[in-house]
Amino acid sequence: MKIDIQIVNDIDTTKVYQQLSHPESGGICVFIGSVRNTTQNKKVEALDFETYEKMAIKEMQVIAEEAIRKWKLNKVILHHAHGKKEVEDPVVMVGASSAHRDACFEACRYLIDTLKERVPIWKKEFFTNKTVWVSAHP
Amino acid sequence: MKILLFGISKDIVGASSLLINDGKKTPTTVKELKQFISNKYPEFNTLSSLAIAVNSNYADDTTLLQEEDEIAIIPPVSGG
Repeated sequence: MKIDIQIVNDIDTTKVYQQLSHPESGGICVFIGSVRNTTQNKKVEALDFETYEKMAIKEMQVIAEEAIRKWKLNKVILHHAHGKKEVEDPVVMVGASSAHRDACFEACRYLIDTLKERVPIWKKEFFTNKTVWVSAHP
Repeated sequence: MKILLFGISKDIVGASSLLINDGKKTPTTVKELKQFISNKYPEFNTLSSLAIAVNSNYADDTTLLQEEDEIAIIPPVSGG
């Protein structure tokens, strides 16, 4: 499968090489985003991700197709987790495989940046005594 | 007309969907829907952005709304 898009309970980082490996690819790049324990000097205990799954899958497909066209990729993955995640849990994994490294580095950056701009997924931060939807307010 | 709510919009309305039943005032475009929700729930005006999806695609203000469409409020996204 050239494009692998998934919204999952838990990101499995162990199979990413198999998922992106391709006989015509000399380069594979992967970005994994995970839960960090602080934001703006405040202690984060967990994150909770909510998705509009049908639309998220559709938008991720569009982003993958754009990247394939732009960088002539052999394979693309976009996986995102939903539900509550603890510190150090992986929450997003994107990857690209191509003949040469420049294309997959650039494509990988495009995949994660565009996913954050366009894909309908919402993140709630859990602090010690309150919760906040990220990016909701200016 | 049923509107799906996610993230902070669910908290603002206090439910996971919003029903607009009044035939005379039912919004016919995305622009009218945005005005409707801003008037009814002024907290939407404090968000950093507000988009509407129709049948799981981002819609612009001129997009026409049909009763059978799947309509969703898309507050600022924050995946990744």
